[in-house]
Amino acid sequence: MSNAKDVLLDPIFNKNPIGLQILGICSALAVTSKLETVVVMALAVTFVVAGSNFSVSLIRRQIPSSIRIIVQITIIATLVIIVDQFLKAYAFSISKQLSVFVGLIITNCIVLGRAEAFAMKNPPGMSILDGIGNGLGYSVVLFIVAFFRELLGSGKLLGFSILPTLNEGGWYLPNGLMLLPPSAFFIIGLMIWALRTWKTDQVEKES
Amino acid sequence: MSRDSTTKVLSVAFLLCLVCSILVSAAAVGLSDRQEKNKAEEKKRNILLAAGIYQEGEPIAEQFSKIEARIVDLQSGRFTDRFDPANFDSRIAARDPQFSYQIPEALDLTGIKRRSQYMDVYLVLQDGKLQQLILPVYGKGLWSTMYGFIALAADLNTVQGFAFYEHGETPGLGGEIDNPNWKKQWQGKKIYDEQGKVLIAVIKGTVDRKAPDAAYQADGLAGATLTSRGVENLLHYWLGENGYRLFIENLKREEAKL
Repeated sequence: MSNAKDVLLDPIFNKNPIGLQILGICSALAVTSKLETVVVMALAVTFVVAGSNFSVSLIRRQIPSSIRIIVQITIIATLVIIVDQFLKAYAFSISKQLSVFVGLIITNCIVLGRAEAFAMKNPPGMSILDGIGNGLGYSVVLFIVAFFRELLGSGKLLGFSILPTLNEGGWYLPNGLMLLPPSAFFIIGLMIWALRTWKTDQVEKES
Repeated sequence: MSRDSTTKVLSVAFLLCLVCSILVSAAAVGLSDRQEKNKAEEKKRNILLAAGIYQEGEPIAEQFSKIEARIVDLQSGRFTDRFDPANFDSRIAARDPQFSYQIPEALDLTGIKRRSQYMDVYLVLQDGKLQQLILPVYGKGLWSTMYGFIALAADLNTVQGFAFYEHGETPGLGGEIDNPNWKKQWQGKKIYDEQGKVLIAVIKGTVDRKAPDAAYQADGLAGATLTSRGVENLLHYWLGENGYRLFIENLKREEAKL
């Protein structure tokens, strides 16, 4: 199997879950209108992928193959509920903004995808690294999307004014489209274009 | 034992469920105190927001000290000391046959069927005089029950602020009841006419400022007719005869002592 460094770092650009595998798009659209929510969402997803990869890998030799997906989903759901409970207790206002999207981490294809594709075949240590790597890959994309959406949509970054908007007496006319989910499609599309121009081996062959 | 035998499948499933349920319950029980505290703070924050005196960053408990919570008996329209406002929850009381009231179908404008006989109200006082009265209101929208607070100015007829803090309306359409611009328009609207009839209305489209009833009308939400109607209905119910009306009259005549 490949070495630890590759397992950790490959998912960031070489095998990015959103950029290459086009997984986990829905939450990338839903929570990226502000950087603040992205920070929390990125941490939550990274924790869940790492935790589920670790737990699945730990018991991978015990899991009967007939119920393996159910077992994986149960583990993922448990982790997500725990994260949700912690957010409600310690980051209440952010958990309100993220609303259902924390719960929907369960259905984030990246988590189940990594459990099934990696953790079922690899030892726990490597699986954690793979989980963190994929969490980071997801986070990088979310950060880039949220950076542009918040900056162009409301002239702010993390709530601080960067481009003073007309409403507040500045010069910048905010682009309302950037605050709506479809704008994330454009940004992700442009990112994938840029990524595949840089790393040409990611381009799919035309059939 | 083979990995795919029935015993193995059942035992793995059972053990996994056991471990997971212990973890989930531990998290839910262990953190519930903090979560309850957050919810209580959130409610206070919303009361402050409706009153328009919320200041970002200041401790909520301190800001809330300007506000006095009291319990009102809706039937007599007077304050009651039967409950401690700090521990009273009208949503729980609404389910308790002893403290709740079955709304006659003809009067049930908002579709909530039962309500608590006692409601928690919030007073902003200055030198013993009433500055603002904040009333909890709720009712059905299109999909969900919408919970909010309405703040009335000292004349008990002018809206000072109106905001929902919990609802499940469609984001972008009915969910726009959270939109700050929509909430802002409520400020200064009048509720009752001279005879004490509830006139406040949510109309389709934008209010014509020159219309004689403009002071009683708020803009409806585009694409959310049923949510807008729900908002109007709940205001009519709660501010009307079957709701706070008697209490408000009593306050005006100073029969309900502060």
